[in-house]
Amino acid sequence: MSAEAKKNIRLPIYMDYQATTPTDERVVQAMLPYFTEVFGNPHSRSHSFGWEAEAAVEDARAKVAKLIGASPKEVIFTSGATESNNLALKGVARFYKDRKDEIVTLITEHKCVLDACRHLEEEGFKVTYLPVQQNGIVDLERLREAITERTAIVSVMTVNNEIGVIQPMAEIGTICREKGAFLHTDAAQAAGKIPLDVDAMHIDLMSISGHKMYGPKGIGALYVRRKPRVRLQALINGGGQERGMRSGTLPTPLCVGFGKAAEIAGDEMGADAERIRMLSERFLDAINTRLPDVVLNGDRERRYPGNLNLSFSYVEGESLMMGMRDIAVSSGSACTSASLEPSYVLRALGVDEEMAHTSIRFGIGRPTTEAEVDYTVETVVKHVQKLRQMSPLWEMVQEGVDLKSIRWSDH
Amino acid sequence: MAYGEKVIDHYENPRNIGAMDKSAANVGTGLVGAPACGDVMKLQIQVSADGIIEDAKFKTFGCGSAIASSSLITEWVKGKSLDEAENIKNTQIAQHLALPPVKIHCSVLAEDAIKAAIADFRGKAATVGGRAAQNVAAEAAAE
Repeated sequence: MSAEAKKNIRLPIYMDYQATTPTDERVVQAMLPYFTEVFGNPHSRSHSFGWEAEAAVEDARAKVAKLIGASPKEVIFTSGATESNNLALKGVARFYKDRKDEIVTLITEHKCVLDACRHLEEEGFKVTYLPVQQNGIVDLERLREAITERTAIVSVMTVNNEIGVIQPMAEIGTICREKGAFLHTDAAQAAGKIPLDVDAMHIDLMSISGHKMYGPKGIGALYVRRKPRVRLQALINGGGQERGMRSGTLPTPLCVGFGKAAEIAGDEMGADAERIRMLSERFLDAINTRLPDVVLNGDRERRYPGNLNLSFSYVEGESLMMGMRDIAVSSGSACTSASLEPSYVLRALGVDEEMAHTSIRFGIGRPTTEAEVDYTVETVVKHVQKLRQMSPLWEMVQEGVDLKSIRWSDH
Repeated sequence: MAYGEKVIDHYENPRNIGAMDKSAANVGTGLVGAPACGDVMKLQIQVSADGIIEDAKFKTFGCGSAIASSSLITEWVKGKSLDEAENIKNTQIAQHLALPPVKIHCSVLAEDAIKAAIADFRGKAATVGGRAAQNVAAEAAAE
């Protein structure tokens, strides 16, 4: 890269858009009046301060609903996708538990879905954790078989946070309808990025998050279908706000920001998606041209292109991240977490543990530039080459040794 | 994770990366760890006739702390006798590099690696004399 191009880059470069996104400046501007001028409690019915705040919240609700093809009455504001996922799973399971006490989900779901399921197991619910195929996509026949007449809810993530694969939600929705089970989806990584339509996809509950789509942190939503009606037991009790499903005063500025972010995402989705696909291909092509033995985890086609999870064989992920300290990414490698276990999502794909240790997730987002992509490629190539030169595994493979034939010591 | 200054220094300027002829009689090789655990160290020592480590080389697959631990130990063992090198403790490495608790296993691995290299060298030295006789016996058995 030329010195000229380098000058145009501000370091560090953010490439972790699955973790969070910056709040869009337009969103911030839309929010500001609601901190100071229009500060009323949106649930106050007796004066104009409350009415104005309520109007703003309802306008935001309509914008969020529009993004996913829902009616505003079906959208409940929450603190974020984690709360939405908890409310969907626990709320539905507990409400219907006399008739139905089973839940079906995937082993590649987000931690908050899996953890909510574990808690429900302790309450006596039976949870089926379905495996996925090598490409990260659920096998529809296995899903069909797993759903019984006792299944209250099926929960499948639309776009996976670690590997970006897109599950066939419409087909899954059709199966759930046939079988009489509700379908919930964690769409935190999908909303605002790919077209979503709760009716076309037969989705009964959908979790979305503000800060994953250039909105503020601390706000999310749960879509809850009204026809046929999905009922749920509230997790948070109080004044009965949000149709009794989620009590507590709504944070007007956050709702407004979330609404604005949804509106922008809807308006600009086509152009954003095209740019991100182009940058993603530019990145992947350059890496593959310049480095051998790099594996893209998850289906190549059925994915959101802004999420590229790559395994750089024979190079441990954390050491690679250490080399590219001016680029913010996430690793599937164990060493970044206290657990020392490699990513359960990659393991679910059948990725060998040693390959899981070499994986890095690159996120491409709305603010990503070509120059940032090119700089990242340069940095990655340089450090992978350096680390392979000091990798005993790379050396052995170059000498023709089959790593699987070695009896490795445990520690 | 934030890294200590010394870990970063060893990561950015690793000492003694390389490989020696593992079949040479004066070279001991230790290969420890497992790819599935996320770290593998290969440590080699070249030993003089009077039992002094003249040179040391390493290659490591692992996190920055693993690379730093192996780089550091190659520096430390040079010029030491086998017994002295064998007595290097992982706690010394961990302390020198200021490794956090979650990275202590990297220093353990470095200690294991030098011990394995020394054992390999000693094993070779012990069998060099006996090998000729062994080969004859093996050939006789094959017939």
